[in-house]
Amino acid sequence: MKDFSMFDIVGPNMIGPSSSHTAGACRIGKVAYKISGGDIKKVTFLLHGSFGKTYKGHGTDKAILGGILGFDPDDEKIKFSFDLAKKQGLDFEFIEEDLGDVHPNTAKVLIEKFDGSKIEILGSSIGGGSIVVTEINGLELEFTGEYVTLIIAHTDRPGVIAKVSAILAEYAINIAFMRVYRHNRGQNAFMIIETDDMISDEAVKSVINTENIANAYLVSIK
Amino acid sequence: MNFSKGHELLDLCKEHNKKIYEIMIEREKIISGTTEEEIKAAMRESLEIMKASVNKGLTENIKSVSGLIGGAAKKLEDRREKVRQPVCGSIMSKAISRSMAVLEVNAAMGKIVAAPTAGSSGIIPGTLITLAEEFNIDDERLIEGLITASAVGMIISKNATVAGAEGGCQAETGSAAAMAAAVTVELMGGSPEASLHAAAMCIKNILGLVCDPIAGLVESPCENRNALGAANALISAEIALAGVTSLIPFDEVVDTMYKVGRSLPMELRETALGGLADTPTGRRLKEEIFGNKKESR
Ligand code: SF4
Repeated sequence: MKDFSMFDIVGPNMIGPSSSHTAGACRIGKVAYKISGGDIKKVTFLLHGSFGKTYKGHGTDKAILGGILGFDPDDEKIKFSFDLAKKQGLDFEFIEEDLGDVHPNTAKVLIEKFDGSKIEILGSSIGGGSIVVTEINGLELEFTGEYVTLIIAHTDRPGVIAKVSAILAEYAINIAFMRVYRHNRGQNAFMIIETDDMISDEAVKSVINTENIANAYLVSIK
Repeated sequence: MNFSKGHELLDLCKEHNKKIYEIMIEREKIISGTTEEEIKAAMRESLEIMKASVNKGLTENIKSVSGLIGGAAKKLEDRREKVRQPVCGSIMSKAISRSMAVLEVNAAMGKIVAAPTAGSSGIIPGTLITLAEEFNIDDERLIEGLITASAVGMIISKNATVAGAEGGCQAETGSAAAMAAAVTVELMGGSPEASLHAAAMCIKNILGLVCDPIAGLVESPCENRNALGAANALISAEIALAGVTSLIPFDEVVDTMYKVGRSLPMELRETALGGLADTPTGRRLKEEIFGNKKESR
């Protein structure tokens, strides 16, 4: 574990009332927003455990929807996210649901985009505003968003990983952690790359333009 | 330059002839690779948020998300202005109303600094901003004070916990009070030793305090416990500034707080299954707030 910074103790700066039920929820929404790439028509939140039981009192609903609107956990617009979403014509729904054997503060975010595509993200708020994402589109994986994180959807073929790391090296980006997840050999897979340095849009584009790469999303959360 | 225990921090202060915040800044530079200017600029932002949250809670009509709390801080302000001589004196009265103001802003989805947690976010701003008003303390020294507070909070986080779910309210509001007490001593000219004696006293004073938020929301009894935390900080600082020391040293008190916290039953650690949350009124309020479940546009 990283040693405490003074800003872990006096901080984070956040919208209340609860780091796990509000700040963490907002982060889960924000990661879902980043992965969807925006252009969202409808979003459904399945809220599990304590999230499901207490979301109204903690403003978990406003916070996670605020994340979908692209807000950070310290954005004062979170309080008004219902109205702001309605103004954008964004449909939203909250459902209390038992998601099985997961952390008590877990949400599944179901996103429907205007182009008809669908995205599903499962994330848990694990305390102090920290989160962990454990599933994207049914594929089990794990990342926290604490580092600059590049999520790459690709087809499982030899050489794809080498190409990506070559591109990052070209942009002088140091990889801190890298993991690969897939359903079966030769099928859809995900790379999760966590880096020490910020990744430019140009670098992300160059990754997307690589053969056998379907898409890449940059997720960095405060 | 790193430390995990209070006595290590005091040794570093002595060895380098520095204050607690100076040691903490040196440490931060190393672990985060930032400069002193950057550190202070970031802490200035935290201070500004704290000031704004105090101001908001004292002047606006606050209502929490659930409707359980709101407007109490303002009532205290009004009373102090009216009676001129509050029963606990002007400084104490200000410190408690300011800490309650921040907690109300937190409960109403306003912007706060978790210090060390959102549930205890009123105590440090309530205490520090009152001292600034009463003793003409400038922002630079308040920023240093927040850094000193972070050093004390870090020792508690490393050796015990600041989370109500783990250690009860003693861990949450007790830690915030200990941090505020250490700063108060420093701002009033006390030594690093005296700061840690004050911090130790704070935790000793509320050892065993349970976490039993009504309906599981960070509102009640949390708001009054933030007031208590600010008062506790001032009481302990006053005692330590007089040269009185804590018989049990800070590090041992922190270890004890952790042990006591772990021995609290699960019902009394933020689950809202015991204590005030489990009273007939507490249960009724919960029912009222969380009555119906599904909602959409
Ligand atoms: S009662 Fe529990 S939730 Fe409320 S301030 Fe204390 S520790 Fe936090």
